[in-house]
Amino acid sequence: MLDQSYYDKADEIIACHTREEHSLIPIIQDIQTAFRYLPPELLSYVAKEIGITEAKAFSVASFYENFSFEPKGKYVIKVCDGTACHVRKSVPILERILSDLGLTGEQRTTADMLFTVETVSCLGACGLAPVVTVNDEVHPAMTPAAATELLKKLKEEAANEN
Amino acid sequence: MRIENRDQLNEISSRMASHMEQTTHRILICAGTGCLSGGSAKIYEKMMALAKECPQVEIEFGPEVAHGKETVGIKKSGCHGFCEMGPLVRIEPAGILYTKVKPEDCEEIFEKTVLGNELVDRLLYKQEGVTYPTQDEIPFYKKQTRLVLKNCGHIDAENIEESIAKGGYQALAKVLFDMTPEEVVDLVEESNLRGRGGGGFQTGYKWRQVARQKEKVRYVVCNGDEGDPGAFMDRSIMEGDPHKMIEGILIAAYAVSAQEGYIYVRAEYPLAIERLKNAIAQAEERGLLGERILGTVFSFRLHINRGAGAFVCGEGSALTASIEGKRGMPRVKPPRTVEQGLFEKPTVLNNVETYANVPMIITNGAEWFKSIGPEGSPGTKAFALTGSVKNTGLIEVPMGTSLREVIYDIGGGIKDDQEFKAVQIGGPSGGCLIQTDLNINLDFDSLKKRGAMIGSGGLVVMDRHTCMVEVARFFMNFTQRESCGKCVPCREGTKRMLDILERIVDGKGQEDDMEHLATLADMIQNTALCGLGKSAPLPVVSTMQAFPEEYKEHIFEKKCRAGVCQSMRTYVIDKEKCKGCSKCARNCPVEAIHGEIRKPFTIDSTVCIKCGSCVDNCPFGAISIAGQEV
Repeated sequence: MLDQSYYDKADEIIACHTREEHSLIPIIQDIQTAFRYLPPELLSYVAKEIGITEAKAFSVASFYENFSFEPKGKYVIKVCDGTACHVRKSVPILERILSDLGLTGEQRTTADMLFTVETVSCLGACGLAPVVTVNDEVHPAMTPAAATELLKKLKEEAANEN
Repeated sequence: MRIENRDQLNEISSRMASHMEQTTHRILICAGTGCLSGGSAKIYEKMMALAKECPQVEIEFGPEVAHGKETVGIKKSGCHGFCEMGPLVRIEPAGILYTKVKPEDCEEIFEKTVLGNELVDRLLYKQEGVTYPTQDEIPFYKKQTRLVLKNCGHIDAENIEESIAKGGYQALAKVLFDMTPEEVVDLVEESNLRGRGGGGFQTGYKWRQVARQKEKVRYVVCNGDEGDPGAFMDRSIMEGDPHKMIEGILIAAYAVSAQEGYIYVRAEYPLAIERLKNAIAQAEERGLLGERILGTVFSFRLHINRGAGAFVCGEGSALTASIEGKRGMPRVKPPRTVEQGLFEKPTVLNNVETYANVPMIITNGAEWFKSIGPEGSPGTKAFALTGSVKNTGLIEVPMGTSLREVIYDIGGGIKDDQEFKAVQIGGPSGGCLIQTDLNINLDFDSLKKRGAMIGSGGLVVMDRHTCMVEVARFFMNFTQRESCGKCVPCREGTKRMLDILERIVDGKGQEDDMEHLATLADMIQNTALCGLGKSAPLPVVSTMQAFPEEYKEHIFEKKCRAGVCQSMRTYVIDKEKCKGCSKCARNCPVEAIHGEIRKPFTIDSTVCIKCGSCVDNCPFGAISIAGQEV
């Protein structure tokens, strides 16, 4: 069971939209922005509140790539693997980031909940390929070496905050 | 501050225009996605701070500033398109363009150019020994015809008044006060404006279909779900000149008597969403959106919907399903979107660039529009030029411009003066054009004849370092991953094609793989449900046609001439560069490297597992992949 504060936040978000089927996606997008993931309990709650079946809500949320039922790390790193980035060698950058963070197999979030690594199809910053984004901040013209530096900087930043 | 009639609009326009002219200097700092990532926000802050400290100048914030001193306007503009050279700073009225500007450069720019009317030579664009002080002279811009992108980079993207000063919303006033909805449809149809989103469907015809429906509740939808990897034209319009597109949507709404509209923007474009929200709020405040627009009986409300990461939502019926709060899956047509689109009501659906063309057509007329480009595809087209080309960025040229002009005259040729190999046009739905196609004209009909398509306008240039089989695998992987799964040919067919391509690049290709690919491609193209599925095999078909020898080398000789496919790489040591330090041999996990100290080492390719650790460890850069030597 989630803490009551989660439901309060959800109520607050629902109040900004109409209670109709077509508000489902905007509502759960806002919930995901607030918690950096979409808690399944809240999805069921939203479904009930706006009057659609739970099955329908889950079918929609699972269809779109942006929704995650799993909590994400503090830093969400997106490696662009669009055509322009791919042609300018984005794959070695992804490999370097995964190996630096010790992520193997299907695992994409580090155990300390600091990093989540994703690939995206195109961020539309093709003129600066290859690009990597960290929480939507764009880092242009990346290399594997620059990626290692970037991770180091982020780790230091996180350590300083604690 | 609502604008209640046409006179008030004209009054604001001329007041703001003369105000902009009177500003002694306008410093436009590019705040597009590209330049922001290069640190342009810091440049803006620094310029602001410099101007505030300087007693000789006054910063211009709006039309109400007192005169007497020099006034300086410091603005965040949208994307200039020349992303390779960013961050960019443009100084008006001279039209000077500074490239690769750093915050440290601001003081010098301010001292010399703003206060002293001198140039900072080292920041000017140079090409082949020639320095270009103004933006218009730079070859990248000189060869372009920027109509849709005209204001991108030249106005403050977050201020509606600058847009109005440049003639924004004049076309809206013209249709509201001088034209009937039928006349608007007639004019757009007469102009032969074709959809810029990929299909090339006649815009005016679409509008006429909607206007004809019995149902009176109608919608106008703007497709800003620019999902094709390698394309960012629409992103730049939404970020740089959002009002042009909003005006186009309003004109469409008036033409088909729609009451409500939606802009569907992909979630990967956070800045575009922010700028659009801001633009809509400003337009509502001025009475250019909402109830009784410009004091007339016409009312229209516009909403923004964020995408949620599904490529298939670029397809019309999937996009409307997504706005309705459903899974974004295409449906069987008919009924078509013009009959039963969003919420099962008649819907006009066009993309960002198409709407951005509309105000110009209304203002200048159909004849003017038809005088640009070839007869069947009038107007201009924006292309995102990326990949192995010297000047990457966003360009706009008349339809029918040759591929050679785009790549060599505007793009400046291939990176490192390599030889041109191919260009992938139209993203995962497009095909590739090769050396012999360089003289092809880029327009809907010429490309269709060649078996390619303009798509949304992504041009990814490739040289000999690109493996065409791997590119085909890349696109197939993309379409497979993005397949919504509704129809079998796309869901299962692309999976089988991907299996085969993966096997080929992995060095396990089988003799009849090319035939299998061709059979599967044919089946998918003929039976998939939606346009995206039908065009999914195109990258494979076109690379097989253009580069059959590369496929054969991969399958029969287990050789990748570009040195990209890992299983087929051969690492070589350059005898001239190798100093015989043995660092590579010590770091090789399988002891594949041997040699005597101070003499060139060699790699035993039968033992090598192609991990590449020797390349990373060589202090002299002596080790490379065969075929990839620079």
